[in-house]
Amino acid sequence: MLEDKDRIFQNLYNDFGADLISAKQRGDWKDTKEICGRGREWIINEIKISELRGRGGAGFPTGLKWSFAPKEVGSRPHYLVINADESEPGTCKDRDILRFEPHKLIEGCLIASYAVNAHKCYIYIRGEYFNEGQKLQTAINEAYKDGLLGKNSAGTDWELDIYIHYGAGAYICGEETALLESIEGKKGQPRLKPPFPALVGLYGCPTIINNVETISVVPTILRRGGKWFSSLGRPKNTGSKIYCISGNVNNPCNVEEEMGIPLKELIEKHAGGVIGGWDNLKAVIPGGSSMPLLPKETCETIKMDFDACVENKTGLGTAGIVVINKDQDIIKCMARIARFYKHESCGQCTPCREGSGWMWRMLERMAKGEATRDEVDMLLDVTKQIEGHTICAFGEGSSWPVQGLIRNFKDEIIERNKFDPIVKKQKDIPYLVDQHLLEKENA
Amino acid sequence: MAVKKISKIQPEKFEFNKKNKETADSIIKNYPSGKQQSAVMALLYLAQKQNDNWIPLSAMKYIAKFLDMPYIKVYEVATFYSMYNLTPVGKYFFQVCTTTPCMLRGAYNLVDVCKRKISEKENCLSEDGKTSWLEVECLGACVNAPMLQLNEDYYEDLDPIKLEQIIEKISNDEIPQPGSYRGRLSSEPENTRKTLIGNKNA
Repeated sequence: MLEDKDRIFQNLYNDFGADLISAKQRGDWKDTKEICGRGREWIINEIKISELRGRGGAGFPTGLKWSFAPKEVGSRPHYLVINADESEPGTCKDRDILRFEPHKLIEGCLIASYAVNAHKCYIYIRGEYFNEGQKLQTAINEAYKDGLLGKNSAGTDWELDIYIHYGAGAYICGEETALLESIEGKKGQPRLKPPFPALVGLYGCPTIINNVETISVVPTILRRGGKWFSSLGRPKNTGSKIYCISGNVNNPCNVEEEMGIPLKELIEKHAGGVIGGWDNLKAVIPGGSSMPLLPKETCETIKMDFDACVENKTGLGTAGIVVINKDQDIIKCMARIARFYKHESCGQCTPCREGSGWMWRMLERMAKGEATRDEVDMLLDVTKQIEGHTICAFGEGSSWPVQGLIRNFKDEIIERNKFDPIVKKQKDIPYLVDQHLLEKENA
Repeated sequence: MAVKKISKIQPEKFEFNKKNKETADSIIKNYPSGKQQSAVMALLYLAQKQNDNWIPLSAMKYIAKFLDMPYIKVYEVATFYSMYNLTPVGKYFFQVCTTTPCMLRGAYNLVDVCKRKISEKENCLSEDGKTSWLEVECLGACVNAPMLQLNEDYYEDLDPIKLEQIIEKISNDEIPQPGSYRGRLSSEPENTRKTLIGNKNA
């Protein structure tokens, strides 16, 4: 277990207050000038040594991402954009950083902006986090007043302005290029890549986009050294991470722990155990709703980091752990997740726009026992048609949970839906095959 | 994708009041010159707040002129994002999160209370005309589930009885205290904290 002194977010539970004075007492804004004084190369190199991987879900190495920004500023200005559009079901870590540790984020913004040559930073906060946004704005105002932002930010001789941009309830804006579209005042529909935002991003200018948690850990890493951070966890999966444990546990909570902590320890020790005891565990979604669920057997042993999750055919994602116990109907739970994706698809790519609705309707019927045996394979086929055939990763995000359900609980679905097709007569079957059974008179 | 309906009853004219006009002008300054279109989301939100929590078409036309952009582009944005209400909603607007993490902790029991105490159907005004409710997707407070959003505030760790009390208060125009309804101040585990112990005692 991580020792308390190695926890980066000392105010995760708001024991001290989020204001600038308390933040400074915790060590924020200390030596910011000296850190920037060591130069861009040093900062990026130190982040590379720390092996910090993005905390927004994809786990892309942060140092590498920063090094993609052009070394010299050409005719186009550079931008830093912070993704605080936290909407992945099961995830609520960025919310706590915004309301309790805003100065870690702001200081991180300054250092990152300096490292990627940006004078402007936009923080994209989901619209529902209105109060959290106000708290961050208060912190930004404090920082301006104290000379930590503005013309000569924190004595670094670097000019930086930070602006908050509120979203308005679209999950897809958490996708980085959709987020940029949204800041530009358009519908949040993802862009084709390449070109990548590091070269052509916001307003067509080089843009680096990072998650709130990623940026907030940067100042501490630079203060304590990349080697310290990489000594936690294991190679390529280093450091600490805020895990959110929700669902059927006795004490749902957020907790900062070392990467690679066993899932069972997180649930049993920090979240007070599964409701009804460990044996009552049915499945766990380990990384936000987009990641395939894990059956109980895997939950016994799995360690929570990027590579261990991939080895177990799932992903760490945002580390939003949703615990589902045996009192719940697992098919219904996944049908509700499918409904989420059907609601949030931006509608740009046909496989996702149509397929997410198909998956939802099929799962709803499977939960009620109204589907046929054959349809389980058909559902799997639908997920395969979506996955990899869309512009952004929403296609994968919506089909993986369904694939995870079929992989682990196929028997249970078939048990409930074990009859042959009702429609056996050779009728003129409409092409929306999953809908025709809804019309019972066809039967 | 979500389906959005435009209200049949539309006011003819919309204009920002003096304060909102100033706010709008200062928001535009957050973006590079010539990129004032970026402010459209914030301005739509301002218009919604000024106009009893919904956006009429006249407001979209007004904002289009304000930002020197085509009306259809404003319309596109207003219909794309789910937080813009294009039909009137209650002065007190309950948005109940029912996505899986909340559902696991009984969010549909809250929905039942809303159906019973506010209106049978979503997006319909209550009898006194002040309140309406809606099922929404993940609001990002999963650790404090089940929860809902009332206008701009989060009400967390709810149960049906507490929600009934909240709705009672609202019907008397009293705004209940937002936050956790089990006395939590953050997302720490209740009573069983194993981390940052020293801080708690500090």
